[in-house]
Amino acid sequence: MKITQISVFLENRKGRLFEVCSVLGKNNVNIRALTIAETESFGVLRIVVDKPDICTKVLKENNFVANITHVVAVEVDDKPGGLADVLKILSDNDVNIEYMYGFMEKFSDKALLVFRFEDTDLAQKILNKNNIRIVTETQIRGL
Amino acid sequence: MIWNEKFECANQTELKKVQSDYLRKLIAYIYKNCPVYKEKLDASNISPDKIKTIDDIVKLPFTTKIDMRDNYPFGLFSSSQKDVLEIHVSSGTTGNPTLVGYTRDDIKLWSEVMARTLCCAGAEPGDTIQIAYGYGLFTGGLGFHYGAMEMGLRIIPTSSGQTRRQLKIMQDFKPRILACTPSYALFMADDAKDIGLDPRQSSWEIGVFGAEPWSESIRKEIEQIWNMSATDVYGLSEIIGPGVAQECTYKQGLHIYSDVFYPEIIDPMSGELVPPGQDGELVITTLTKQAIPLIRYRTRDIVSINYEKCRCGRTSPRISKIKGRTDDMIVVRGINVFPSQIEHVLLSIDGTQPHYQIVVDRKAHKLDEVEVLVEVEEKIFSDEVKKLRELQDKIKKEIESVLSIGVKVTLVEPKTIERSMGKSVRVVDKRTI
Repeated sequence: MKITQISVFLENRKGRLFEVCSVLGKNNVNIRALTIAETESFGVLRIVVDKPDICTKVLKENNFVANITHVVAVEVDDKPGGLADVLKILSDNDVNIEYMYGFMEKFSDKALLVFRFEDTDLAQKILNKNNIRIVTETQIRGL
Repeated sequence: MIWNEKFECANQTELKKVQSDYLRKLIAYIYKNCPVYKEKLDASNISPDKIKTIDDIVKLPFTTKIDMRDNYPFGLFSSSQKDVLEIHVSSGTTGNPTLVGYTRDDIKLWSEVMARTLCCAGAEPGDTIQIAYGYGLFTGGLGFHYGAMEMGLRIIPTSSGQTRRQLKIMQDFKPRILACTPSYALFMADDAKDIGLDPRQSSWEIGVFGAEPWSESIRKEIEQIWNMSATDVYGLSEIIGPGVAQECTYKQGLHIYSDVFYPEIIDPMSGELVPPGQDGELVITTLTKQAIPLIRYRTRDIVSINYEKCRCGRTSPRISKIKGRTDDMIVVRGINVFPSQIEHVLLSIDGTQPHYQIVVDRKAHKLDEVEVLVEVEEKIFSDEVKKLRELQDKIKKEIESVLSIGVKVTLVEPKTIERSMGKSVRVVDKRTI
């Protein structure tokens, strides 16, 4: 139950993020979640979108370097300590997180978070075992 | 003073006689001792008896950096290995460095031309010189050292780097002469100001600056900041190292020691001589060297030449400051950098393509900086920043180990490197030289 994340290489240059978003907008691709990791000289934009296939295709057509990574979207109680509860389970089971970020929308009163794990399969197993709800790609598309 | 009036102030007829004599002996020597050169001369239908005067030099084939590379390491040596006392290397275009060797007489020659150089810059016996060129495989440090010994200067062999210590030594020992790259002279001025030292009060009166191209405006800047006379020295390791040509105190061109390093200026395309005063590629024949004598070596440096007698009394011809290169080599802090070296590194790293650009910049009063832009291909792109950083560091380390200078590596998007006529622009030199 992994979902597709698209990563885009961004040179540290004015207007570059706008150009990516503008290409997606023109092709009717909607961004569901987004984060940027930046260094002094470049950045990596990571997005979850409603139409991953079209998204990758149009980015490549426009000369962006983009690739696909499988990540896990998890529902977390939207209350103080909600995220901490999930992180404790992961930590207790030695699951390492590479990075994580939040969705803009949610299905229910729960917050929706994206996790990139070092070992995605192990993480999923642990989450399932602890009754943490993992969101599917279909659900994301229907948001 | 003039170190060697006999040769530096010789009249043209006498000089020609000497040069002709040297050339005849040189060709006979090389033909007998260096199979690679013998083959080259045979291929051009030149036997030693066809060379009678220095004017016959134009019949001889050129020698290029490629010849040095193809015959690495010892193919171009004319002397026996046991007579080679010292070896230096500079960077080659790919893989192998350029190797040069010196016999005892070559070291004597080097000492002689460097003594001429230091005198030409205005040094007097008894002066103290701070040699802040690197000592080691680079010819800068030791070349100056030998020359300073020969003419009887007191030597402070600081080598390059450790700026605070350089400044302290200058303050404590009061050397009159400074030898280093022009950019390092500017860099030290910044550091001096940082520690509350007034550069204009320094003990240095004469600077002998070289190993990288620099302009009149940088001269003015150095002279203004340090309150010293800044002179230009020219050399290349293939010929001898520093000590091929040097400006006198009138600074109207660099006196080239034509009795031993015979200069020709050619059209780089046709190979024909161009008239004095016209820009062309400097070609040098080492008339008296023993270990690796070179015939008509193409320096790839663009200069013009002036045969008129100088106000200083020297008759040795004067070459202009370097006006450019006929290849894409760049000189950074005394190190020769060829774009092909960087291409080589990128091809050796899995996943990287040789799509790159070298940007050289001399930020206000700072040392030359090299930035290598590398296009990120899909194969090496990762969603994890740490992986991209690792790649960046790997490229940086490999390039640094090949070039021996620090570089900054920046990953850029594909197809962002400017392409002119379908060919990428490999070097962007932003230095104001």
